[in-house]
Amino acid sequence: MSVLVFVEAINNQYKKAAFEAVCYGAKVAEMTQGDCVVVTNGSADVAGELGKYGANKVLSFQSDNMHDTAFVTQAIAKAYEQCGAKQLVLCDNSRGKSIAGRLAIKLGAGVVTGAESLPSTDGGMTVQRGVFSGKALATYAYSSDNNIISISRNATPIVESGSAVTAESLDISGISAATQLVEVKRVEGTIPLPEAELVVSAGRGMKGPENWGIIDDLADVIGATTACSRPVSDTGWRPHHEHVGQTGIAIKPNLYIAIGISGAIQHLAGVNSSKTIVVINKDPEAPFFKAADYGVVGDLFDVVPRLTESIKKFKSA
Amino acid sequence: MNLLVCISKTPETTSKIGFTDNNTTFATDGVQYIMNPYDEWYALVKALEVKEALGGTVTVINVGPAANDVIIRKALAIGADEAVRVDAEPKSAVFVAQQIAAYAKDKAYDMILTGKETIDYSGGLVGGMVAELMGTPFMSFVSNLDVADGKVTATCDIEGGVEVISASLPVVVSASKGLAEQRIPNMRGIMMAKRKPLNVVEAQSADDHVSIKGYTLPAEKSGVKLVDAENMDELVRLLHEEAKAL
Ligand SMILES: Cc1cc2nc3c(=O)[nH]c(=O)nc-3n(C[C@H](O)[C@H](O)[C@H](O)COP(=O)(O)OP(=O)(O)OC[C@H]3O[C@@H](n4cnc5c(N)ncnc54)[C@H](O)[C@@H]3O)c2cc1C
Ligand SMILES: Nc1ncnc2c1ncn2[C@@H]1O[C@H](COP(=O)(O)O)[C@@H](O)[C@H]1O
Repeated sequence: MSVLVFVEAINNQYKKAAFEAVCYGAKVAEMTQGDCVVVTNGSADVAGELGKYGANKVLSFQSDNMHDTAFVTQAIAKAYEQCGAKQLVLCDNSRGKSIAGRLAIKLGAGVVTGAESLPSTDGGMTVQRGVFSGKALATYAYSSDNNIISISRNATPIVESGSAVTAESLDISGISAATQLVEVKRVEGTIPLPEAELVVSAGRGMKGPENWGIIDDLADVIGATTACSRPVSDTGWRPHHEHVGQTGIAIKPNLYIAIGISGAIQHLAGVNSSKTIVVINKDPEAPFFKAADYGVVGDLFDVVPRLTESIKKFKSA
Repeated sequence: MNLLVCISKTPETTSKIGFTDNNTTFATDGVQYIMNPYDEWYALVKALEVKEALGGTVTVINVGPAANDVIIRKALAIGADEAVRVDAEPKSAVFVAQQIAAYAKDKAYDMILTGKETIDYSGGLVGGMVAELMGTPFMSFVSNLDVADGKVTATCDIEGGVEVISASLPVVVSASKGLAEQRIPNMRGIMMAKRKPLNVVEAQSADDHVSIKGYTLPAEKSGVKLVDAENMDELVRLLHEEAKAL
């Protein structure tokens, strides 16, 4: 019984999430004594490299229709049928989230999105995911013959366990798209927030948008992506795509530095899965300190430039 | 333009989260419920904007028990014309999607709108499932939407940017932040909502495929380590040596 993994190449390159998904699929295949097959839109040479992460077989197709959920669903369903898979692994990113529901209906499969870790297979398959904005984990049990798992960041470590394979091509003739792509706009230069390992975030304690220089300086020295609290983006101090929290982007970076943010429950909901949290706030009673690993009580206008200097010193040492 | 907006209910954002029955059941005691923000603030208001520009009706649909009538009335107070409640516990995304598709099948909606996810279980599945069941395009994480001459152009949020796509009606759209501006119901809306139709229909049988077996609470943080504001070298040292974050 095979496990099929879908990963998307963007500009013919894979991101960390793709390698995680292949490693995850390889682990599930191992547990269920099957093959790990990858279906992807990368070119044959790039796609074949996924063998290094545990893919036994790679099916690749080329298309300009990756934006179309119906198209991608049909292409994956075709590969799924072809390799006789019973499990499908997706990344829980914007593409994965957009196709998971369609695929569940198309394949008649049970689906769990945002899985945090490998499934357990004793006594039927179960998998855990965060619910209530990370305030609890729920264990989901599948009762279907076909299963879809879409995996959250860091659900499994990336390990190179195999070697490159020769990618086979997947015949997608006859599969068409129902939507047209008008344009794609990507912010160049910075790592997008959902993928960032290091995030520097600031709130209303900044007093105004003109003071963000110290935040940018700190982010620059560590190579972090900047974020903000909701009132900050609502008042237009910062762009909307920087808003993190329950009603913004939910993130899981390695390091989250929160500056002049009180730590309201709705803010925490989007950031409390960060590995390490640093809070800088002048109010020792700020609720954020309860969720922090490291705290600095002080005026951010003094503390942040000092921290930036210390990091510069550390980096050049 | 006939628009169908799928609305769900979720615990109010500051609710205390706890479990009973040996951690198998969400403890609902004292929990206040609200309309899911993505449904209320964005999907519903966008539907109203489209209707205001092009004419037509806005229907809201909820799969849930009679207690949900409160949030359904709120959707009517904000401006929806009529409401449908499919009378069943919404146990799984596929069950909910089957109900919505069964209801919508012969009604020729031009657009079905959902939120990008519910903020409690965050499955983010219902919209795509409905689209597949209806056989229509699905535009997801939409933060901007234009409708003209039977064509929809949507700006879909992706990591670090957007994809702009277009399609002919009918379509299913999932709303993300920014699609519209939140509207607060006024007194007149609240009065009118009482007289608007709220039809209750029976559920169809459908599989769930997955179920929740139990909950666990995440490990508690061991407590914050405070670092002197004058000594940022120490913070850098801790982040490097202890947290391995730098
Ligand atoms: C349904 C709902 C959804 C929401 N969703 C979100 C969400 O997704 N994300 C989100 O962020 N919020 C969200 N909110 C809003 C949330 O409740 C808070 O209002 C918001 O997070 C507060 O932002 P803040 O911490 O920047 O501002 P404040 O609460 O005003 O906090 C500012 C902090 O800065 C500190 N400070 C001030 N000056 C200094 C200084 N000189 N040096 C150091 N510290 C200083 C203060 O001590 C204070 O703690 C939501 C609210 C609701 C009702
Ligand atoms: N019980 C329900 N009744 C009607 N619509 C729902 C229900 N549950 C979810 N939805 C819709 O589907 C969207 C995504 O929900 P979910 O897939 O559960 O995260 C929500 O934002 C709603 O628009």
